[in-house]
Amino acid sequence: MTATAPEHAGPEVRKAPASPPSGTRPGTVRRSLFRALPVSPAVVLLLLFLAGPIVYCVVIAFTDLQLTGQAQESFVGFDNFTRAFKDEAFLNAVWLTLVFTVLSSLIGQNTLGLALASLMQRASKPVRTLTGGIVVTAWVLPEVVAGFLLYAFFRREGTLNAILDWLHLPSQNWLFTLPILAVSFANVWRGTAFSMLVYSAALNEIPKEVTEAAEVDGASGWRRMWHITLPMIRRSIGTNLMLNTLQTLSVFGLIWVMTRGGPSGKSQTLPLFMYEQAFQNSLIGYGTAVALLLLLIGSLFSVVYLRLLRTEV
Amino acid sequence: MTDTVAPRPASRTSRAARRTTPAARRNRRRTAADAGLLVAAAAFVLPLAWVVLSALDPHASLRVKVPDGVTLDNFDAILTPEITFTPLLNSLILCGGATLLTVVCAVLAAYPLSRFRSRLNRPFLLTILFATSLPITAIMVPVYALFVRVNMIDTMQGTIFFFAASQLPFAIWLMKNFMDGVPKELEEAAWTDGASSFQSLLRIVLPLMGPGVAVVTVFSFVMMWGNFFVPFMLLLSPDQMPASVSINDFFGNRGMVAYGQLAAFSIVYSTPVVLLYVLISRRLGGGFALGGAVKG
Repeated sequence: MTATAPEHAGPEVRKAPASPPSGTRPGTVRRSLFRALPVSPAVVLLLLFLAGPIVYCVVIAFTDLQLTGQAQESFVGFDNFTRAFKDEAFLNAVWLTLVFTVLSSLIGQNTLGLALASLMQRASKPVRTLTGGIVVTAWVLPEVVAGFLLYAFFRREGTLNAILDWLHLPSQNWLFTLPILAVSFANVWRGTAFSMLVYSAALNEIPKEVTEAAEVDGASGWRRMWHITLPMIRRSIGTNLMLNTLQTLSVFGLIWVMTRGGPSGKSQTLPLFMYEQAFQNSLIGYGTAVALLLLLIGSLFSVVYLRLLRTEV
Repeated sequence: MTDTVAPRPASRTSRAARRTTPAARRNRRRTAADAGLLVAAAAFVLPLAWVVLSALDPHASLRVKVPDGVTLDNFDAILTPEITFTPLLNSLILCGGATLLTVVCAVLAAYPLSRFRSRLNRPFLLTILFATSLPITAIMVPVYALFVRVNMIDTMQGTIFFFAASQLPFAIWLMKNFMDGVPKELEEAAWTDGASSFQSLLRIVLPLMGPGVAVVTVFSFVMMWGNFFVPFMLLLSPDQMPASVSINDFFGNRGMVAYGQLAAFSIVYSTPVVLLYVLISRRLGGGFALGGAVKG
């Protein structure tokens, strides 16, 4: 994020082919400084409030900073990290994060989003508008409201059990017995619209002639999907999976409202574990170490995402 | 599902199979697609139906049911300064301020990135794109620790700055892409006439990319309006809490949960962002530009 320091913005700018009539050398330097000037408010904000905390995160992850009862924190090296990997609650949170991400993002949002988008391609307009509107509303709603709606849906006395009773199927207290499944479904409910929009845009760009030709050749719907549509939208699939995964990795409010990570940690993904360690157990240093690990996972995904988009910039 | 024989409405998504396949087959396929979508819509609508029905129900419970008589009492009960107006005003100050800051900074930053060539553009844009996908949730604990240290915890301005910074990478990225769509020739003409870069940005580029600025503004606002974790961490005093956090008070603090009031509050709190979304997606003609912007 330091890449824009204006004093480095020097002579390169002279290469600009479409710049206004060029002046003398000192004038050019001054102009490039002047041109970098508008970027500076953004850079200052990003440095102070985004890069700053990330650097600070790296620093305090190696200390035993606590909220209370300690005058001065001290450097403890990798203690927080070794502690994490020995901590069963941490490993549990890693496992649950994995389950949550695979279930809700990779399988749920992605597949359902693609299914809805391809059904929309051939559905009639009123149905398409209605379904799209409902799915997108679920996406636009504030995180906490979505959490409450799904809390009401999954509670023992909630709608899901009412439907199961009506069908004479066994009901149960979903938030207690299968909390991770319930919050995964909640995330699917809330996040599918994004995949649906991405895939609708991608499917609309497939030239009609291609699918038409395959149809004439007698390829069935599934074969067309597998051999033609999917290969043609693979870049969208990659981008969508990446963004969904990153989004899901940082879900906090939805799970917090529905289960608080409980019962006894059965839906405690990494963000909730981080919060609990830092604030309920007052171990800021340890919580930050977990945050750093989460940030590292996110960065790895971001790098892959950048490579997917390599040609764009 | 009733319009299977009606002529297919003309739209971008229509497939041109009509010349090669019998109409009957096409209709059958459309009926199947309609049925599939309606099943999905029914599943998605259940939680939404709960919130609407319960808000009007004097005896709301946790399940979807037809109200025992329609009433606006739930809305009456929550439309007080303490429960609704103060949190919504806080949300407005917080998200409005942060959105303004984000959009102004993003416009200024996008301009040189879009207009002037520099060897630094690419690394800067890559950094921005990388930052776009960082999980902000992860840094909330260190941000809290940092804010305590610099005495910015529990301040509106601190939260506004952090909100703006967290939204900026994506805002700059989007804004730059929208700005690239404004032809440079128009601006060059203005430069020849002696306008400064700032003047041409203000008078020529911005008016031409109005929809783009609107998208970034609405998107930033909607994102912040719904964000729970950031104000939850950075604000402490109850009188500064935005609606995303104060909604929690319906549980716990007030004893028995009044589900009807919770539902009514959810509706009041969600309406602005849903309306903004409808407004922006209409203006952009159906498909949401963000879907296109990130499709890769």
